[in-house]
Amino acid sequence: MATEVIEKSQNNAESFGQTQRKDLWWLEPLLYAIGLGFFIIYATWAAFQGKHYEYGPYLSPFYSPLIIVDWWHFSPAFLILWIPAGFRMTCYYYRKAYYRSYFLGPPACGVRSLSKSYTGETAFPLIFQNIHRYFLIGASVLLFFLWNDVIKAFNFNGEFGVGVGTVVLFANTFLLTMYSLSCHSLRHLIGGCKDSFKCGYQHKVYEKISCANEHHMFWAWTSLFMVGFADLYVRLCAMGVWTDMRLI
Amino acid sequence: MEQAKFKVHRGEGSQGQDVDYTVPIEEGMVVLDAMHYIQKTASPDLAVRWNCKAAKCGSCSAEVNGKPRLMCKTRLDDFNLSEPITVRPMKSFPVIKDLACDVKWNYEVNKKIKPFTPKDDTDWIMYQRDVDRVQEFRKCIECFACQNVCHVLRDHNLKPKFAGPRFFVRVAGLEMHPLDGENRLEELRNDMGIGFCNITKCCTEVCPEDIHITDNAIIPMKERVVDKYYDPLKMLLRSLFGKK
Ligand code: SF4
Ligand code: SF4
Ligand code: FES
Ligand code: FES
Repeated sequence: MATEVIEKSQNNAESFGQTQRKDLWWLEPLLYAIGLGFFIIYATWAAFQGKHYEYGPYLSPFYSPLIIVDWWHFSPAFLILWIPAGFRMTCYYYRKAYYRSYFLGPPACGVRSLSKSYTGETAFPLIFQNIHRYFLIGASVLLFFLWNDVIKAFNFNGEFGVGVGTVVLFANTFLLTMYSLSCHSLRHLIGGCKDSFKCGYQHKVYEKISCANEHHMFWAWTSLFMVGFADLYVRLCAMGVWTDMRLI
Repeated sequence: MEQAKFKVHRGEGSQGQDVDYTVPIEEGMVVLDAMHYIQKTASPDLAVRWNCKAAKCGSCSAEVNGKPRLMCKTRLDDFNLSEPITVRPMKSFPVIKDLACDVKWNYEVNKKIKPFTPKDDTDWIMYQRDVDRVQEFRKCIECFACQNVCHVLRDHNLKPKFAGPRFFVRVAGLEMHPLDGENRLEELRNDMGIGFCNITKCCTEVCPEDIHITDNAIIPMKERVVDKYYDPLKMLLRSLFGKK
């Protein structure tokens, strides 16, 4: 039988969401959209507050390092929050999450994308995703301040102590560190840029980073949740809604 | 005997419709077995490609319930058999007949990739640690499930500009090869269109060989393209010190 090949894929006139999939393909993008949406709304609200960010030895991570200058008339959070915001916005994992959940391009595999025309990350503005490594540098600087805050959180008026807030700030900074250590750009800088590892130690570090990188999504979500919770914890303590419990 | 209902795409070229079949099922049966049963009984002219029946030749790719799969690796006991199972050809490529697609475009893209080219003064010694990294990419069986699911090809049909995940895997294997002296970054950016990939990871989700296409091939290649074309500091250093 003669076979004629039509030089065209089967149907390009489909509409958004068309698929043969029978599973709950919409559930994952919906959950991510809700999770990310919640965080964005809370973080924006908390940043605009400009108060209740300190309690005892604790400082909210949204306000760290605390920069108070005369010429800045808005919340001090905005002086630094653009760094972690840019870091997460250009992160390879979050790009996947919001391209799927918000841009719906595609919402799930094998499900028709929303947009008809597409330039991906080749044109303005998404071409700027390529500067992710610079946000990594900025976020790494912030980590030094956050670890410094953790050390301060053990100091209760000159006395060593541990409160629930200390544990919260420690967990937050640990998770943020793991999130940064598992970054794809860091993996590239550490050894991904090389074709051959002349130094065995460099390869060992590269392997460890690659191992953390495999779970980048896990670190991305847990650190996102924890940074929001750490701010909420300090805020509620400062507002007198919660009382910080001393453990030691 | 338990039975499964199938809706199988039948037709030539862009014309076609789903045809209903009922197949008796046995333990351990895969979708390809069901297609063979249909060939043996109701429709001997059903066109379906296969070779190894062991998930190694990459011939039997199709869309089972809308997901790109190898039919020989897709067991029927993974499905709810009270509903019909749809079996369709790969959507991103032209259909020849029934489940057989014309995938020649992929071979044309492949031919354009600069092959392995050893450095001039190569001493042919490789460290195991360097080999391990590129080994993963050699597992590809060219089933083209990743090409089929990638929305850049599937929804936007950017075939002339975008090479697709399978070929980013091949280029990654060459670019990371410790003895290769060629540079393919310009082609990756300009001809193969790696910038069109928005790292939504569908290729990784469907790869039957479990190659971490996005994390281990595409993102590392994107980062190398950034080194060359988008990192202002590296570009400045290169222009000052003339390093490649
Ligand atoms: S990650 Fe990139 S190459 Fe893979 S399916 Fe998505 S857009 Fe296509
Ligand atoms: S990379 Fe995986 S999905 Fe793509 S062609 Fe190779 S084996 Fe198939
Ligand atoms: S890739 Fe996610 S933080 Fe860099
Ligand atoms: S028949 Fe070879 S991969 Fe399925």
